[in-house]
Amino acid sequence: MIILELYVFVLAAFTGFMVISRVPPLLHTPLMAATNAISGISLVGSLIMAGAQHSRLATLLGFIAVVCATTNIVGGFLIVDRMLKMFQRADKRAPAQDDRRDGDGRRATDPE
Amino acid sequence: MRTLFIQAAYISASVLFILGLRSLTRPDKARRGMQQAALGMILAIAGTLVNHQILDYKWIGIGMGVGIVLGYPLGMWVPMTAMPQRIALALSFSALAATLVGVAEYHTGVHLPEGISHAKAAALGFEVLLGSLTVAGSMVAAGKLQEWLPSKPMTFPGQNLMNGALFAFILGLFVFLVMQPSSQAVFYTMVALAAVFGVLFVMPIGGADMPVVVALLNSYAGLAACATGFAIHNQVLIIAGALDGASGFILSILMSKAMNRSFSNVLFGAFGSESSQAATRKAGDLQVRSINVEDAAIQLAYAQLVIVVPGYGMAVAQAQHQVRELAELIERRGGEVKYAIHPVAGRMPGHMNVLLAEANIPYDKLYDMDEINNEFERTDVVMVIGANDVVNPAARTDKASPIYGMPILDADRARSIIVLKRSMAAGFAGIENELFYDRKTSMLFGDAKTSLSALITEMKNV
Repeated sequence: MIILELYVFVLAAFTGFMVISRVPPLLHTPLMAATNAISGISLVGSLIMAGAQHSRLATLLGFIAVVCATTNIVGGFLIVDRMLKMFQRADKRAPAQDDRRDGDGRRATDPE
Repeated sequence: MRTLFIQAAYISASVLFILGLRSLTRPDKARRGMQQAALGMILAIAGTLVNHQILDYKWIGIGMGVGIVLGYPLGMWVPMTAMPQRIALALSFSALAATLVGVAEYHTGVHLPEGISHAKAAALGFEVLLGSLTVAGSMVAAGKLQEWLPSKPMTFPGQNLMNGALFAFILGLFVFLVMQPSSQAVFYTMVALAAVFGVLFVMPIGGADMPVVVALLNSYAGLAACATGFAIHNQVLIIAGALDGASGFILSILMSKAMNRSFSNVLFGAFGSESSQAATRKAGDLQVRSINVEDAAIQLAYAQLVIVVPGYGMAVAQAQHQVRELAELIERRGGEVKYAIHPVAGRMPGHMNVLLAEANIPYDKLYDMDEINNEFERTDVVMVIGANDVVNPAARTDKASPIYGMPILDADRARSIIVLKRSMAAGFAGIENELFYDRKTSMLFGDAKTSLSALITEMKNV
């Protein structure tokens, strides 16, 4: 079992290296946000822990883990989408420009 | 049948994750690809929810509900300028989830009659060690980036020695745990000490080195998720964690390379604390030339090619929208505006690109260092906005300088340089910048946003 899992790990890490080393610096911030959203996959472990009724403590810890992981998944994918929307080609972006400037422009100029 | 569905969901999710990350090599395809990755995530969750180990859905439902309520504002409302601390916070969340699952898994396993195997103890130990370290470290990093904690390096004598000893002790506990999986005290001590180490590890690292640290913590968070996969025998966790780990690792190496410093130098060097005296002495006998807004506007108005060099100061002043407005005015008069982005400008990888894209600046005008460096010679005006060390020529010439050897943007080769800066304070590295004393350079003092707004008004009148 452990050998098989090591195979999976090594091949996935290798694939990750091949794919990610080709991401241009332009998109490095979205890349970080994206890998972070994807690492929200630990929700899979949290869900089982929160629902398996091992013990009260395990359920509690699982519950907190579910909250954290879900927050990361929802927040992470939304923020990646928001960022990548800004990197779309200029011609595609043009019609949406006005409402974007309303939303983000105002927030960025408001004094904090 | 049920197992088949779960496995199919996990495989599809893994494929969609990889394809999603692959789509990030193409800016115009990226959004679509990441939406598919999100679909993959939904599949993986759906697959898990039908797992026969789950007996009670009450806490799962409440937990996911709370997560959605917390996640939505963190995704939609956080401004782009706050992105570095937002990412650091997210890293601590993902590491916390992994750590808690690890602790719960250990707590459950240790009370079972058959106990915990050596292999499982190794996986769980690795998971909580890295997880706990990352939770604490990312919290400190987020605090520094938000400036709740001082962003200067915090050091004390014997720090590296103490950290080294602590880390060796933690490793010792880990080895002991693998040999004696049932020793609970060792397990919990290790979790606590790893958190302490996380704090001590990030404290001495200064603001400008944050890109490396955030990338490294990203890698650790991924590896912690990966170890969870080993502990609970779940392949999709191993795959996603490995992707995350690889990404963080690549980024942190790229960032250290961009500063011409080794990994260990960034992590243990506490840059800018001691080595800075060497270069400061020159300041006394050199003169800076300051410029007023009118003259700067005239220079820009008649320039053929203007290159903007943004830095952390632009992010702090939130001046990206004014930059775009000014650029549009220059372009309307027939000039060309390009943006030169240094890999470590700002506080995280790609920080400047995101800010400029937010201000609707088309990404094909954003150039990496290598692409634009030989264009400076034919540039009329370089506008340095809140950047410092990344344009310091000492990196090429002064062997005594702590940033010697770091690849820089060759702004000093342009015909003239306008530097927007709040004051003459030294940059993060605490070293004087010869560029500011260059005969071709003029300084426009003041908050970047105020100066740019004044320039915009003035440009309209030229």
